[in-house]
Amino acid sequence: MVRRLLCAAALAAALPPAQAQLSERSAGARAFNPDISLILQGTAASSSQDPEAYRIDGFAPPGGEVGPAPRGFSLGESELAISANIDPYFRGQLVAAFTPENEVEVEEAFFQTLALGQGFNLKGGRFLSGIGYQNSIHQHAWDFQDAPLAYKAFLGGRWNDDGVQLKWLAPTDLFLELGAELGNGRAFPATPNNRNGANAASVFAHLGGDWGASTAWRAGLSLLRARPEDRAFEDAGIVQSFTGTSKLWIADLVLKWAPNGNATVNSFRLQGEYFRRNEDGALTYDDGTAVTGDLASRQSGGYLQGVYQFMPRWRAGLRYDWLDRGTVDTAVPLAGPLAADYNPSRVTAMIDWSGTEFSRLRLQLAQDKSRAGVTDNQVVLQYLFSLGAHGAHTF
Amino acid sequence: MRSIIAVALALASWPALASLNIFACTPEWGSLAHEIGGERADVYTATSALQDPHHIEARPSLIARARRADLVVCTGAELEVGWLPLVLTQSGNAKIQVGARGYFEAASAARLIEIPARVDRALGDVHAAGNPHLHLDPENVSRVAQALAQRMSVLDAKDAAYYIERGLDFEKRWRAAIARWEREAGPLKGLPLVVHHKNLSYLFAWIGMREVGTLEPKPGLPPSAAHLAELLAAMKQTPAKAVVRAAYNDARAAEWLAREAHIPAVVMPFTVGGSERAKDLFGLYDDSIAKLLAVLK
Repeated sequence: MVRRLLCAAALAAALPPAQAQLSERSAGARAFNPDISLILQGTAASSSQDPEAYRIDGFAPPGGEVGPAPRGFSLGESELAISANIDPYFRGQLVAAFTPENEVEVEEAFFQTLALGQGFNLKGGRFLSGIGYQNSIHQHAWDFQDAPLAYKAFLGGRWNDDGVQLKWLAPTDLFLELGAELGNGRAFPATPNNRNGANAASVFAHLGGDWGASTAWRAGLSLLRARPEDRAFEDAGIVQSFTGTSKLWIADLVLKWAPNGNATVNSFRLQGEYFRRNEDGALTYDDGTAVTGDLASRQSGGYLQGVYQFMPRWRAGLRYDWLDRGTVDTAVPLAGPLAADYNPSRVTAMIDWSGTEFSRLRLQLAQDKSRAGVTDNQVVLQYLFSLGAHGAHTF
Repeated sequence: MRSIIAVALALASWPALASLNIFACTPEWGSLAHEIGGERADVYTATSALQDPHHIEARPSLIARARRADLVVCTGAELEVGWLPLVLTQSGNAKIQVGARGYFEAASAARLIEIPARVDRALGDVHAAGNPHLHLDPENVSRVAQALAQRMSVLDAKDAAYYIERGLDFEKRWRAAIARWEREAGPLKGLPLVVHHKNLSYLFAWIGMREVGTLEPKPGLPPSAAHLAELLAAMKQTPAKAVVRAAYNDARAAEWLAREAHIPAVVMPFTVGGSERAKDLFGLYDDSIAKLLAVLK
C-alpha cells in the first residue's frame, strides 16, 4: 500500500512543470467557470412533542421555518453556491437552497465591489445581513443544527433582505468595521410595504482583534429598524396584526482560542448574543369584528454557547437559550402564542466528528421549553457534506 | 541622555519611514520581504511557524492588517485558499486584489513538484497546482526573491534601485549559502525518512533524501492507528533513519512511531520562527540541515 502510494508520488513528481502549465492553459474557456460548491445535509430526528405544532410562547409567530427538525428522516436543505469575480470591479455570488419539499429558495444573490478602495465595500441584491454574529454565517457552518431561539423569535431564523449594504473598514490595526443596510423588508420583523424606498434599515459596528497568539475576538452592536404594516398572524380563526415601528438591538461577542493559534488538536470557541426588541404602534385583534389599540412591547432574549475541540476531528458543544417575554402593553386582547405569559428557554448539547473540513456528522440533544408547560426532548443526527470549490473559513 | 537615545531609536524604527506596507501570508515570505525591503518595507506576517498554513481563519486582525497593505506576499498554489480570499474581499483594499499589482504569489515565480495527475478529494488534500510548500527548495527562494524585488520596485518606483540592489545582494549571499549547504548536506544523500505531512518534499528533493512513508494516510488526514501500524510493518522492509515533522504538526504520531521503530523523532523548523535558530531564511536552512545531520551521529 505504502509502496503504491510512493510510486504514485514519484510519478507525480516526475511530471515536468511545463506539461502542467500547458494543461492549465488548455483549460481555456473552462478556466473562467465560477467556483461551484454544493452542501448536502440531512437529519434523522426524534422529538417528544409534535414539531409541526411548534410555537414560541410569549412571542408573535415570526413566520418562516423556525420549528425543530421534522420527525424521522429528512433531507434538510441542500445548498448550491456559485461565485466568481465578475471583472476587476465586481464579484458575484448565488446561494440557492433546495428544500425537501422540492422548492428552490434564493438565500443569497448579490454583487460586491472589489475596487472601491479606502476600506469601502458595497453589496447589492439579497444577502445575509451583517447584523449580529451568526446571521451572516451560512447554516452549514453553524456549531449547532438549528438557530438560537432568539434568532427564531426575533428574525424568523435569520435576516436576508433584498437591498444594499455599505461597509467601511477603519485603517487601524484594531479591526473596526461600520456598516449600514437598506432593504425591502421582505420578511419578519418587517413587511414589504408597497412603498417607494426602504422598509427596513440596519446599522452595525464590529470591533475585533487578537489577544496574544492564541485568542481572537470580535464584538458587535447592531440595530435593525423596520416599519411593518399589517404584519399579521392567524391563530384559531383570530387574526392579530401589527402596524408600527420595530427596533431590534443585538449585542454579540465571539472568542476563539487555540494553542498558538493552531487548531489542529484543541480549540475552543465561545459565542453569545443578546437581543432586545422594542415595538410601538397599533395592534389589531380581529375575530370577525376588529378591535384596534396602541401597543408598546419590550422583549428580549439571547444565547450563550461554547464548543470545545477535545481531539483532532472531535468537538463537543453546549448552548443555553433564553427568551424574556418582557412587557406587552396594550388594551387590545392578545391572540395565540403572544397571549401566553411565558419565558421560553432551551438547553442544547452536541458532539460532532469531521473527517475532513468537507465532512461532518453530528449528534445533538436538546431540551426545548419553547411551549408553556411543555418540555420537548429532541434528538437529531445530522450529516453535512461539502463538495466542490474550497470555501473560505469565515471567522 | 539615555532617554534621548531611546527616543532616537524609537524614531529610527518608526514605520512611517517605510514606503511599502507588506502583508505576508507566511513567515518565510515575511522574512524574504524583509530581506529585500529593508527599512523601506514595514512587514506584517499573518501566520506563525506553529500554525498550519492550510488551516487559518480570516480573523478580524488579519482583515484589519490587509486593509492598509500595499502588497500581499503569499504562497499561492491554493495553500491559503481557505482564508485569503475572504481577507482580500473584506479588506476593502483595491490595491491587493487578485490580479492587481499589490497581489504577489510566490508560486508564480517558483517551480512546483508533485503536481497531481488527478485532482480528487478522495486523494486527500491535494493541490492542483502542485505541492505548495515550495520555500524549502533554495532555488525557489532565489526565483521568488528576484520576482519580489521586481514587484517591489514597480510598486515603489522611487526606491526601485534600492530593492533591485538588495535583491542582488540577497542573491549573492544566498548563492554562497547554497554552495555551503550543499557541501554540508552531502552525507544526507539517500537518507531514508518518514515524514508527518508532505510539507518537506522540496527539501527532500533538493538534498536527495528518500521519503519512505508519511504519517498521514492521505495528505491532510490525521494519522490513524491502522495506518501507523501498516507503516511500522512496511518499515521492516524499507527502514527509515528518523521520523521528521514540522513544528506545527501534532507530536504524538511521530513520537509513537519513533518509540516503536527505535529511531529519533526530529522536529524541523519548517519555516522562519519554527526553531530558536531559524530566525531568518538563512537560519531556517542552517538549522534544517543541522537537525538532519544530527540523525547520522
